[in-house]
Amino acid sequence: MTEQVDQAVLALLTPDALDLTDAEAALAELAHHSVDVGELYFQLSRSESWALEDSIVKDGSFSVEKGVGVRAVSGEKTGFAYAEQLSRQSLLDAARAARSIARSGGDGRVRAGKAQPVSPMYDGIDPIPGLAEADKVALLSRLDQVARAADQRVSQVQVRLSASFETILVMDSLGTLAADHRPLVRLDVSVIVDSNGRRERGFAGGGGRFDLATLSGYGEGLAREAVRTAIVNLDAVNAPAGPMQVVLGPGWPGVLLHEAVGHGLEGDFNRKGTSAFAGRVGELVASPLCTVVDDGAMFGRRGSLSVDDEGTPTGETVLIENGVLKGYLQDKLNARLMGVAPTGNGRRQSYAHLPMPRMTNTYMRAGKHDPAEIIASVEDGVYAVNFGGGQVDITSGQFVFSATEAYRIRKGEITDPIRGATLIGNGPDVMSKISMVGNDLEIDRGVGVCGKDGQSVPVGVGQPTLKIDEVIVGGTEA
Amino acid sequence: MTEHGNEKRQELEALVGRILEVSARHGASDAEVAASEHTGLSVTARAGDVETVEFNQDRGFGVTVYFGGRKGSASTSDASDAAIEDTVRAACNIARYTEEDTYAGLEAAERMASTVPDLELYHPQPFTADDAIARALACEQAAMDADPRVKRSDGATSSAHTSTRAYGNSRGFIGSQHGTRWGLSCMVISQGETGGMQRDYWYTTARRLDNLEQPQAVGRRAAERAVARLNPRKAPTGTYPVLFTPDVSGGLLSSLIGALSGGALYRKASFLLDSLGREVMPSRYSVTESPLEAGAMGSSAFDGDGVATRAQAFVADGVVASYVLGTYSARRLGLTTTGNGSGVHNLDIAGPTVSAADLRRDMGTGFLVTEMMGQGVNMVTGDYSRGAAGFWVENGEIAYPVEEATIASNLADMLMHVAAIGDDRDRRGNVRAPSMLVEGMTVAGVQA
Repeated sequence: MTEQVDQAVLALLTPDALDLTDAEAALAELAHHSVDVGELYFQLSRSESWALEDSIVKDGSFSVEKGVGVRAVSGEKTGFAYAEQLSRQSLLDAARAARSIARSGGDGRVRAGKAQPVSPMYDGIDPIPGLAEADKVALLSRLDQVARAADQRVSQVQVRLSASFETILVMDSLGTLAADHRPLVRLDVSVIVDSNGRRERGFAGGGGRFDLATLSGYGEGLAREAVRTAIVNLDAVNAPAGPMQVVLGPGWPGVLLHEAVGHGLEGDFNRKGTSAFAGRVGELVASPLCTVVDDGAMFGRRGSLSVDDEGTPTGETVLIENGVLKGYLQDKLNARLMGVAPTGNGRRQSYAHLPMPRMTNTYMRAGKHDPAEIIASVEDGVYAVNFGGGQVDITSGQFVFSATEAYRIRKGEITDPIRGATLIGNGPDVMSKISMVGNDLEIDRGVGVCGKDGQSVPVGVGQPTLKIDEVIVGGTEA
Repeated sequence: MTEHGNEKRQELEALVGRILEVSARHGASDAEVAASEHTGLSVTARAGDVETVEFNQDRGFGVTVYFGGRKGSASTSDASDAAIEDTVRAACNIARYTEEDTYAGLEAAERMASTVPDLELYHPQPFTADDAIARALACEQAAMDADPRVKRSDGATSSAHTSTRAYGNSRGFIGSQHGTRWGLSCMVISQGETGGMQRDYWYTTARRLDNLEQPQAVGRRAAERAVARLNPRKAPTGTYPVLFTPDVSGGLLSSLIGALSGGALYRKASFLLDSLGREVMPSRYSVTESPLEAGAMGSSAFDGDGVATRAQAFVADGVVASYVLGTYSARRLGLTTTGNGSGVHNLDIAGPTVSAADLRRDMGTGFLVTEMMGQGVNMVTGDYSRGAAGFWVENGEIAYPVEEATIASNLADMLMHVAAIGDDRDRRGNVRAPSMLVEGMTVAGVQA
């Protein structure tokens, strides 16, 4: 037994007078039907947030969620039930509901779990009590002052501070026993600026799996950044419409990779043959300048996990190497059905949701070009440095992402800011049109939320500056 | 899903009452509590067999305590006495640190809903996992059989959910409602002899199981939609009329409501600031809500503040007749709540309608949009730029499917340029939009 598991048992089972033998009894109940694997996922999550507007801290909230998800897998079939009340009875009831997917007649045998030591990807310390309430409130007020002082055109400031701490314990009938203690903090600043009747918004946020003292250190920079982006957009001119050369800035614009390739490389879509990338391992699916990886084992990042939600240690998975498709992101179910190893990408929103293959931190490795050289190479195009969100249809490969800060490039020079515009393209097609990759890899500041099948999980993205030779820009100037 | 709804409502109302008492004991000058319980079953079939069977059961409550103008909130999924104590204490602790907000607090008692009429939202009936499996399998089979170009399935899902919600506050209001939601959806993938794969889906949802579309009809519709998208081309770049089908036109009405909502207005985060009494749409259109409509998907007798809902127009004859206000945003703007503390209920656009075929004829040459992608809406400025797929229409007839296009404009202009609406209102959701024809948008695709 590892220290992580001992602590998780203490947090999750002991308060309800349960222990690991009760959990094993529920796994045995699952195994009385002919299931391939039965699994229990215990979770306790505590979260807190504070919100400022009108220069006062108006709202604060605290929440506790606790429960167990019980899953039975037989071939491609999954039975799932969960319970909020933890008791011997509720575990058995959930197990009986979940196993209804499989025929009776299992032998009830369960392999006793033995936890493997795992190196944690963050300090497993609850961030919530790490900063006194009065200091949290003072931080929000200070950021309000910093934002208002940054420019007299600032008319509204909203600041939100969020912190959560989640303990998970996962065990299955094949001997998995693992636990994780996950802090997550985030700070968001949004502003409205008003100048001669024209109004614009600006936003900046950041965070990760660390403590609030570390996060507060970034606060003033975020406040000034939110104001800067709003002021830039006050002067924005209409965006062009139609196919254009586009240069994407480093960091958060890596949402490109999340949408254009990441989702399409999730194991479930490829096992079912519904992804535009299905059956294409070994083929050239991007420009040879592109190497794209997913890495859940980056210390302290928003998408990082010590073990995934199925107990598999995380690590680096190379998705595309020099343009060639290398592999998919896998959870245990899809890895087993495809005959490959799980990659530590089995994630779930909570105990009340089923795990699926999901991204962690997805980024493109740095290339050779100086970013200034990339911009100088564009005769007429768009330089997009900040984005809202994106979306993809993994079957057709169509994806969009919406720029919130972008500029027109003319004759190799960055000129006017342009109004927010959506970019649309086809994943493999756009990836093959990447013609320059910068030497300035950055990972985003820690605000990504990925949605799939109605489940949200925190993720990271990143990339160096890169140039796409043609992508459709959705402006109003045809 | 069986009948024990009223006991559940009473149980949740009693829970709300207990939490209000605990809040008072902790010294709160006021408090409000929302509690809910959802139970359900969701079954997915894929490739002719069961893929997942999920049993849902979610409970939880949230409490907000007020100490004068200071407030704090807390929530949990655990309704034990110990958890209630802990949760109320956590809310009170937060209220020690939040700052005095003169606009905070509960609504006046006389605006609370005095009665909670039966809106006929609760229609349980026995329904087992096997029943759900049979429906999902029949739906998927119909889709696969509909056309040889339907090559694979992404699954059909049959679901049944019951939710019970109770809300109460220290001004004496406690109310509860319950409802059922039945659903069936199907997603399939088509592929022709050349070209890539396309996916599309169809779904049906209703308060009553027997008001759902038949499983075979849902499957066939999903198949038709997926096949119709095969061999797409890019749209020409230029200024064209855009016809939004009811699946996607609801977004326009939702953006209008978002821009008229109190929260966006007091934060100056709306492109419709100071729009009361101003024309925002052509005068033949009104935008209304019908919260008390029996059996509808969005019905509710009271809002998130306990305030009685009412039928009302937000836009009447093209002119903004009312903002969309809850207690807090109304007070913040110096106005009175409109019973929209939890949004709008059963939103409609009213005005002269024409058939879908006539709408295409009216459009002549333009873009029929059946799917949109991405966010791309700036509510502060109204700037609008989103990904879109659908069909190119020439002389009123569908010419070819379109993908990889964007449509762009400004929401204020789009609303003023609604040229016609269809007679095909989509009643499956809370925003019941018909087809909407909007003139003068920028379409981006290939260079013209």
